[in-house]
Amino acid sequence: MDPTDIARWQFAITTVYHFLFVPITIGLSAIIAGYEITWLRTRDERWLRLTKFFGKLFLINFAIGVVTGIVQEFQFGMSWSDYSRFVGDVFGAPLAVEGLLAFFLESTFLGLWIFGWDRLSPRLHAACIVLVHVGTLFSAYFILAANSWMQHPVGYAFNPDTGRAEMDDFAAVLLNKVQLVTFPHVVLSAYMTGAAFVLGVALWHLRRARTDEDRNVYRPAVRTGAWLVLVAALGVFVSGDVQGKIMTEVQPMKMAAAEGLYETEQPADFSVFQLGTLDGEHETFSVKIPGLLSFLATGTPNGEVEGINDLRAKYEQTYGTDPGAAYYSPGDYTPVIPLTYWTFRLMMGLGIAGAAVAAWALWATRNDRAPQGRSVLAATLALPFLPLLANAFGWIFTEVGRQPWAVFGLMTTERAVSPGLTTTEAWISLLSLTAVYGVLAVVEVRLLLTWIRKGAEELPPDVPTDTGEDRPLAFAY
Amino acid sequence: MELTTVWFVLIAVLWIGYFTLEGFDFGVGLLLPVLAHDDTERRVMINTIGPVWDGNEVWLLVAGGATFAAFPEWYATLFSGFYLPLLLILIALIVRGLAFEYRAKRPDARWKARWDLAIIVGSLVPSVLWGVAFANILRGVPIDSDFEYAGGFFDLLNPYALLGGLTTLALFVTHGALFVALKTDGEIRHRARNLAVPSVAVTAVLAVAFLTWTQQQTGTTGSAVAFVLAALALVGAGLAARVGREGWAFAGTFVTIALAVAGMFLALFPDVMPSTLAGGASLTTTNAAATSYTLKIMTVTAVVFTPLVLAYQGWTYWVFRKRIATHHIPAAAESASVR
Repeated sequence: MDPTDIARWQFAITTVYHFLFVPITIGLSAIIAGYEITWLRTRDERWLRLTKFFGKLFLINFAIGVVTGIVQEFQFGMSWSDYSRFVGDVFGAPLAVEGLLAFFLESTFLGLWIFGWDRLSPRLHAACIVLVHVGTLFSAYFILAANSWMQHPVGYAFNPDTGRAEMDDFAAVLLNKVQLVTFPHVVLSAYMTGAAFVLGVALWHLRRARTDEDRNVYRPAVRTGAWLVLVAALGVFVSGDVQGKIMTEVQPMKMAAAEGLYETEQPADFSVFQLGTLDGEHETFSVKIPGLLSFLATGTPNGEVEGINDLRAKYEQTYGTDPGAAYYSPGDYTPVIPLTYWTFRLMMGLGIAGAAVAAWALWATRNDRAPQGRSVLAATLALPFLPLLANAFGWIFTEVGRQPWAVFGLMTTERAVSPGLTTTEAWISLLSLTAVYGVLAVVEVRLLLTWIRKGAEELPPDVPTDTGEDRPLAFAY
Repeated sequence: MELTTVWFVLIAVLWIGYFTLEGFDFGVGLLLPVLAHDDTERRVMINTIGPVWDGNEVWLLVAGGATFAAFPEWYATLFSGFYLPLLLILIALIVRGLAFEYRAKRPDARWKARWDLAIIVGSLVPSVLWGVAFANILRGVPIDSDFEYAGGFFDLLNPYALLGGLTTLALFVTHGALFVALKTDGEIRHRARNLAVPSVAVTAVLAVAFLTWTQQQTGTTGSAVAFVLAALALVGAGLAARVGREGWAFAGTFVTIALAVAGMFLALFPDVMPSTLAGGASLTTTNAAATSYTLKIMTVTAVVFTPLVLAYQGWTYWVFRKRIATHHIPAAAESASVR
């Protein structure tokens, strides 16, 4: 492999890995804030137990999300320096603002939340986790604004003298129409992911619960988790639908690739799955829903959807047949079709499956029921993974679907890489990061399982309030 | 002042924030095997920085992001050129960050010992390599006319840069020792105080050598003033440590680091990354900068939000101002009952 391919693998691995933890962080911080506020209002200790239980799982997850995020920020300069030179004027700004507005907020108030149980008033303490959540939302907003710009560059002008894209409208970058639908889509999937995690964990404990007291703790977690999964899922589907239409408008090739649609069709059918080579030559078997693709792409059941072949011809006309000079061969304006096709389906399918399992859980726990048996076990094991994997495939889809562009229509990925990057450096970096991430995945999962198994512990008996200087810390590492 | 100069100053401020703040939490990590004799004492030390280390590290992330936005060419040349050292720093920060969060999450001693090692190595590697990196930036590196770094990994390991690395290491150790003395009570405080005075002396020797060398290479009047004041602050820190005024001593190393970094940026200006290559091009505040539109947007954001960030970060230090001693560490309740 040449350095570009290695750098691409590294970016893909580190990004997908980082994004396993980010949605849980966003979703869980919101849910924990909800629990703590409910505890403040009701003074019902069950909510405090849930706050502390999921708080611990949240911290184990948050830590790994943060440290893998550091790599993301520096990777642009390390492996993609020509990209950084070309777009720094536009792309750097949301990144810098993310640091200033989001990272400081998250890290500072998380520290206060972890260690502040006996240092802050209960209201102030709850405010800290709310601010952590707000920080995660800011973070998501600005990083997605940067990504949306790569999908659909706006608010800039190309300067031939400096040879770079230069920002002329920051508001346009922040209010990019792709961004305005991507942000709700991603945040809602994060809520869905966090809620599915809570639901899975709580359902497992509810199944094992032997006392009424235990059941009383986990039931509300199951119910709130299931409702949140469903509501969030609805939002994910709606925003995803809008996103599909905008995507068809700004990146028609991505939609065509997602469908393996070679010839322009009107109306276009949606293929649920397709066996064959996906090169448009040999379709052996497929299941199609008439007109659905037209509806997804354009909003009307008989709208025209452009096919890959027409789009490629169009792009060759617009961007030339040799856009990357030495790096490039004509006819490369299509992303990897099978990857795009299947990740698109896996994203949607796993998301729908997650919502279905949550609906089942809601039904199974109606009227104080505490379901037993293997079906519960299967559901609890599957639940956290369904949205989690849907997120991962969603990212792979959206990033692979943009190829060969790093910035759509402006810069190809091949040209974005650091020219000085050697194969050796790239390998050292890819292998060491992958090895570290692999080890950490094992550590993290084992640690999570240990603490999930412990469950929501009973609160320590109220010691007479000892305000003396010698009293032990409420929390210490 | 030109916006490019404003941003040069702001980037300097962000690095000053990073080195003064994370400097002491690196120091605490480095001194873990020296000042703590058992697990409870290690926990005392770790908990002095527990609530704040993550916020300290964000200064680095913001410095990186701000460089990307304000000086994209600098960001690109620096991070692609210093590829492997930076990778080492990133991996060190990854394992270090997780170590704080994970070490107490299981009771067994081997688990803890491994994470302790992660804290020590994770503090050591960046402490040395940041010094090496900054020394190389000041000294200049081979950069060709396309602003590409044309050297290799071993070009970065020259004597001047290694002295820079040792200097930051010594500074952070001293800074950390004074922080531990300020934030703990009992035996550990005692040990930290005893270590601080010789540590200041060693640091002073290294720092004077490094800063003099720097001054000789690229110094200006401004940097000379900053370096002299930095040295005076270090001496002041040593004197304060000797008489047991820990707050003043810590403030002394804080000011030392701030002035030393400020001096280095003064010595660098108007370059941001000088080239040593014949026919190469140096990166300067103007040819590396973003457009004035982007800089304006960023300036407004920084003016509005930086005071807010300083206020709430400062408040955190106030909330956790109490000294910690072994009797404050809760019995391993967090971890003992894991099945």
